[in-house]
Amino acid sequence: MDLDLILNSFPKLFLASITTLKLLSASMIIGLFIGLFFAILRIKNTNVLGKIAYLYSYIFRGTPLLVQIFIIYYGFGQVEFIRESLLWNILKEPYWCAVIAFALNTGAYTSEILRSAFQTIRPGFIEAGKSLGISNKIIFYKIQIPIAIRQSLPAYGNEIILMLKGTSLASTVTLMDLTGVAKYIISTTFKPIEVFIIAGSIYLFFTFLIHYTIKSLEKKYSF
Amino acid sequence: MNIFKKFGLGLLISLFLTISANADKIRIGTEGAYPPWNSKDASGKLIGFEVELAWALCRYIGQQCEIVEQDWDGMIPALQMRKFDAIMAGMSITDERKKVITFSQGYADEVASLAVMKGSDLEGMDTPEGINLSLGGGNVNKALKTITGALAGKTVCTQTGTIHQNFLESGDVGKVNVRTYKTQDDVNLDLASGRCDVALAAAVAFTDYADKSGKPVVLVGPTFSGGAFGNGVGVGLRQAAQMGETSTMGKRDADLLRKFNKAIDQARKDGVISRLAIKHFGFDASM
Repeated sequence: MDLDLILNSFPKLFLASITTLKLLSASMIIGLFIGLFFAILRIKNTNVLGKIAYLYSYIFRGTPLLVQIFIIYYGFGQVEFIRESLLWNILKEPYWCAVIAFALNTGAYTSEILRSAFQTIRPGFIEAGKSLGISNKIIFYKIQIPIAIRQSLPAYGNEIILMLKGTSLASTVTLMDLTGVAKYIISTTFKPIEVFIIAGSIYLFFTFLIHYTIKSLEKKYSF
Repeated sequence: MNIFKKFGLGLLISLFLTISANADKIRIGTEGAYPPWNSKDASGKLIGFEVELAWALCRYIGQQCEIVEQDWDGMIPALQMRKFDAIMAGMSITDERKKVITFSQGYADEVASLAVMKGSDLEGMDTPEGINLSLGGGNVNKALKTITGALAGKTVCTQTGTIHQNFLESGDVGKVNVRTYKTQDDVNLDLASGRCDVALAAAVAFTDYADKSGKPVVLVGPTFSGGAFGNGVGVGLRQAAQMGETSTMGKRDADLLRKFNKAIDQARKDGVISRLAIKHFGFDASM
């Protein structure tokens, strides 16, 4: 064990974790909207739109995140007409490629989490609303959505933690996130054990924070 | 009960046989992703200059060999953890690496070069054909200054943990916006896609890619050698001191260094290295 190396690389790795957190928050926020949108399509539509939403979730949950990020980053970069389109301004940047891949991936899982949460809402809640003469729209926004969000908190907390670890794949498209910087330090010091232990501890620390936050939210909104 | 005993004994014997069979086998690690130095054919078989040279050196040494594939970024740690005994992966002999491993004498030399896509504004850079950073002098300084100006504000791509990355970060060409990749293949892809304005690697890595892909990749600026680019490519080996010089493993490591040096001498004398270099590089890169 090289204690000097551990002390020296800790600040660098901690700084790099800002990139990791930026990637995580950007993709979780975008992914939440995507997930909510597709979950609603799944519940409200049994026709073509519902099928499309199902197909989206099926594809993104059925393929590895690494493959998705490679297709978006290296794959699209090889296609002439994408390179000449306006889209290239975004796809040219590794950061946005990573965010798009992560957001689409977590969006698929989020849509499943929310869909099952909607479907487990007891009919009694909705009937109670109806008997009070509340409109369907208000029932949906004021009763179904809040309950669904509460129901999905534990599963969604898991999803955030999975995505936190998923962001390490950003290093494969040249981003200097926590894993990227860890690999960089290893490439100059040739000591993987020390550096990966610190990187792993930082990930663990963030996992703890997420876990704790979700747990307290669950308590706050329990019924 | 008896069955278990027999089974356990059988397991022990087979384990022992495997270990003793492997004891004299030299395992050589290579990347398999840096053509023409080392790469893989369509069926996944390792090919290239160093793969053929490795087999030739093993014949001179007179021991059985096994070639093991290893990602570049874990090459040196894997050697130290005894996943294999020697590195032959286009690894240049540098002072930085010598702090943690040792090298045989060099067997081939590569020059590095910048590359761009045809039509880049970096084409036609006014520099000498080649510069040797170890020699220094006015010519070298002037060339470095020209390159510093040309690279300013550009995204320069290179493989992680290479002499090329070290050079770009050495300050010799100012503060460069470096982007690093796991493999040279990835660098080539992003150079072609336009995410990289310019890339730095062994000159042959670019010409090989241009030949095979048909992409208009062109070399620009001088070829680089010396300084951060090290002193040729050699076989990377464990330092005998790592396990204690008098220990069995330490002795074996020291012995391996002697064997490789001797084998390289013989291969050079017999013209084997030159022949393989001409076959794979198109010119005699042996040293």
